[in-house]
Amino acid sequence: MLNLAIASGKGGTGKTTVAVNLALALEQENVQLLDCDVEEPNAHLFVKPVIEQSYAVGIPVPSVDPEKCSFCGRCAEVCAFNALAVFRDQVMVLPELCHGCGSCAYLCPEKAITEFDRPIGVVETGRADGLSFAHGRLNPGEAMSPPLIKAVKKLADPNAVTIIDAPPGTSCPVIASVSGCDFCLLVTEPTPFGLNDLGLAVQMVRKLGLPAGVLINQCDIGDGAVEKFCRENNFPVLQKIPWDFELAGLYARGETAVMHLPVWRRRFQSLYAGITGLVEGAVRQ
Amino acid sequence: MKLAVCAQGEGLKAKVDERFGRCPCFVIVDTENADRVITVNNSDADASGGAGPQAAQLLAGLGVSAVALGNVGPNAATALEAAKIAVYSGITGTVEETLQKYRAGDLHPVSEASVPPHSGMKGMR
Repeated sequence: MLNLAIASGKGGTGKTTVAVNLALALEQENVQLLDCDVEEPNAHLFVKPVIEQSYAVGIPVPSVDPEKCSFCGRCAEVCAFNALAVFRDQVMVLPELCHGCGSCAYLCPEKAITEFDRPIGVVETGRADGLSFAHGRLNPGEAMSPPLIKAVKKLADPNAVTIIDAPPGTSCPVIASVSGCDFCLLVTEPTPFGLNDLGLAVQMVRKLGLPAGVLINQCDIGDGAVEKFCRENNFPVLQKIPWDFELAGLYARGETAVMHLPVWRRRFQSLYAGITGLVEGAVRQ
Repeated sequence: MKLAVCAQGEGLKAKVDERFGRCPCFVIVDTENADRVITVNNSDADASGGAGPQAAQLLAGLGVSAVALGNVGPNAATALEAAKIAVYSGITGTVEETLQKYRAGDLHPVSEASVPPHSGMKGMR
C-alpha cells in the first residue's frame, strides 16, 4: 500500500500536525506512522503510543589492527569524509566523521581493518488508537542521522498505509526520509520564508522523481505568493488549513483535530483521497 | 629540517594564517637551505570535517618536521603528535618574520591544543 512522506523546506510549518492527523483520520485497517525526524521526534506527544520495543542502532566504524597495518594510506585515500588519517606508524580514526560506508575495510590490502558498531540512537516501536507507531531518537550531539532514519523506515509494512513524518529542510536526513516513497506532501506557510523553502523542496522532489503536492497551513496569514508559485509551476495544492484558535488550542494541549472535530476527520480523509488520485495518475503516466 | 608555516598566500612575504587545518596554504622552508621555499595549497581547507588531521597527513607526506601556526585544535594537535611534527603556536606576522624568529631561537614548541575543536570553521557556515 501507499508510502507517504510529509516533508517541508521550512521548519515549523505543521508537518507533524498533518502527519498525525492524517494517520488518525484514515479508516484503512493497517495504518502506520513513522516519525523520521529523529533529531527532534515529537509525533509521540500527540499519538501517545505505548512503547513496546526499543533497540539501539549503530553505524559500523573502522578499527585498525596496528600489527597488520602497513600504513600504506589507502583507507584515508578512499574515505570521503576524512575519518581516517595515516602517519608513518600510526592511523588516526575520527569515528564521529565516519558515515559507515565500509570502503576502508573493504579496500584495505592488509585486511587490517575490522568494523564495530558505534551507537547513534534508538528505535522505539509501539501502538496507539489502532495505529502502528515507530520513531527514532538520535543521541544528543550526534550528527549522523540517516542510518537511524533508514532503520525506522525499514519497519515500513508493505501491507499498511505508511505515513512518514520527515525532518525539515532538504539535506541528507530529508532525502533519507522521503526516498522510495510513493508520494511526498510538502507542508508550507504563505510567507516569503515558506515560499523560499518550498522552492527548494520542490527542486528536491523533482530531482528524486517523487510525485508531490502542497498543503498550505495557516493559509489566511501572509500573502498569495505561495499559491501563485504552485499555479505557475503546475504544483497541486491539495489542502489549505486556516489559522484557527480551536486548532491551535488542541495542538497546545497535545491533542489532535481529527479526534475532536469531525469536520477535520473528513477533510483529512479527502486529502488522502486527493493524494491517492495523484499517485494513480502518476502511475498511469 | 623542513618548517611549514600556515599562510594566507604564497612565498616568504605571505601573512601567517591563524588557523591550521583551514589555512589556504602552507609555505614550506628548508631551514638548511633557505633558498628552497615551496608553497603547497591546503586541499582540505574547505572540508566539512577532519581538516586538521588531513593537513597533518599532508605535511607528514612532504617530510615536514615542524609547523608554525596561530592556533591549533585538539584533533589537529593529536594528529601532529602522531605525525611527529613539532608545533610552534601563537605565530603572527609574515612567513619571513617567522623564519627569522625560528633562526634566532625565539620559537618554542607546544604539545597542547590552543583552541577548542572546529575553531577554524568560524565564518565558514
